[in-house]
Amino acid sequence: MRDVAIIAFAQSEHRRRVDDRNEVEMLMPVVGEVLASAGMTMDDVGFTCSGSTDYLAGVAFSFVMTLDGVGPWPPIQESHVEMDGAWALYEAWVKLQLGDVDTALVYCYAKSSPGDLPMVMTRQLDPYSVAPLWPDAVSLAALQTRAAIDAGRVTVEAMAEVAARSRRDAMGNPKAQLAWDRPAADLLAEPETVAPLRRHDCPPISDGVAAVVLAAADAARGRASRPAWIRGIDHRVEPMALGLRDLTDSPSTRLAAERAGLHDGPVEVAEVHAPFTSQELILRAALGLDGDTVVNPSGGALAANPMMTAGLVRIGEVARRISDGEHRRGVAHATSGPCLQQNLVCVLEGDT
Amino acid sequence: MSDGAAADDVLRAPLVIEYPFRRTTGPVIGAFLTGLREQVLIGIRGADGRVIVPPVEYDPVTSEDLTELVEVGPAGEVTTWAWVTDPHPKHPLDRPFAWVLVRPDGADTAMLHALDAGSPEAVRTGMRVAPRWRAEREGAITDIECFVPEAGP
Repeated sequence: MRDVAIIAFAQSEHRRRVDDRNEVEMLMPVVGEVLASAGMTMDDVGFTCSGSTDYLAGVAFSFVMTLDGVGPWPPIQESHVEMDGAWALYEAWVKLQLGDVDTALVYCYAKSSPGDLPMVMTRQLDPYSVAPLWPDAVSLAALQTRAAIDAGRVTVEAMAEVAARSRRDAMGNPKAQLAWDRPAADLLAEPETVAPLRRHDCPPISDGVAAVVLAAADAARGRASRPAWIRGIDHRVEPMALGLRDLTDSPSTRLAAERAGLHDGPVEVAEVHAPFTSQELILRAALGLDGDTVVNPSGGALAANPMMTAGLVRIGEVARRISDGEHRRGVAHATSGPCLQQNLVCVLEGDT
Repeated sequence: MSDGAAADDVLRAPLVIEYPFRRTTGPVIGAFLTGLREQVLIGIRGADGRVIVPPVEYDPVTSEDLTELVEVGPAGEVTTWAWVTDPHPKHPLDRPFAWVLVRPDGADTAMLHALDAGSPEAVRTGMRVAPRWRAEREGAITDIECFVPEAGP
């Protein structure tokens, strides 16, 4: 395996509604920032890979607009995934393994604000037996949460603690959308929205952008004082049908973590992509995280949840903390699909 | 980013988009949908012997072709639920209802639908439910209007 590192990360301020900029205008400052941070221009980028979805943009091949903005001329090597940018990063990592390029730009974005996001997300479900019922994303997470409560794996008290901790930590994150300081006990006094979920258990709807620069071996060492090396990365998927899955567990996360070598060393920091509070508890168990690991110091997806983006942000947040010297080893997790259907685990390390 | 006063000057226009597709449903999904029209629930036997509903064309573990259709339910048991107090216009019911995963009798997996139960106090994991069929059926999951609590013995 070729050593590949994250050498730069940038993200927008995530906001409920970015009215006065289109996706290209949202993206370009972040791409400019991430390239400048890596000391690069587009001429230095060997491979470009993006993550976004037409279902939010409302236009077929919508990624071409942002690609035009980034600059595909003279012709560049480029790809796109209709997934979170974390999977675009995975593709770029594979591309760098092939050895013909040394650097990659990964970016992703979504404006969810123009549509009815929880209902738009029903369009990813089985088109015959599920999508015609329009089960919104919050309702599906509520079904998962009830199952986890029934199984004794989750409690509403523990969920409220996750909500309180995440929004409190978000107060230290200038990019976060939702940040406040309220005790967990107060949260439980509020009414249920889609029972057993309360408002605090749900993520905000966000417009946002993120970008990462990857570099291999010497290209990374030459451009960054402390690269965040990708020591393991793996992604796994569970069956599409909700009834075929154990919603109270995340076996695909567990398998991806095992394949990524998560427990080959201490896990100092973890950023897990858990849009709903109960999902963080399920993921912590699947990842085998104990009290020694700092979880979601950024506030996580409960503080800002831009579609197609919040997963790459998790990787960037861990990489940034490693490059800053705050931690030496950590894990980032990204999810996609209903109720944690698809999961990616990325283990990052700094040089000792 | 967009927090300035300029946001009031943003031009807006409605955009209604569609991604229309026509599909051939094939021998497995097609059998399930045809069964719904006939008020019958169809599952399929997986490689390990368990009965999967809605049926899938390939085994979720081994990926082998599955062909043995099995009639299940249509009554069954709730395996998890969520209570919707404020239904969306596109939801199956226009009054507060429960989303449920229902494991039909004879099946080993559960399927999603709505449960018309009146109040959350009337819903619990493990309760018995049965489908309420529409009078006019067309071979779609919505041929079941919703599930309802099963009448007592």
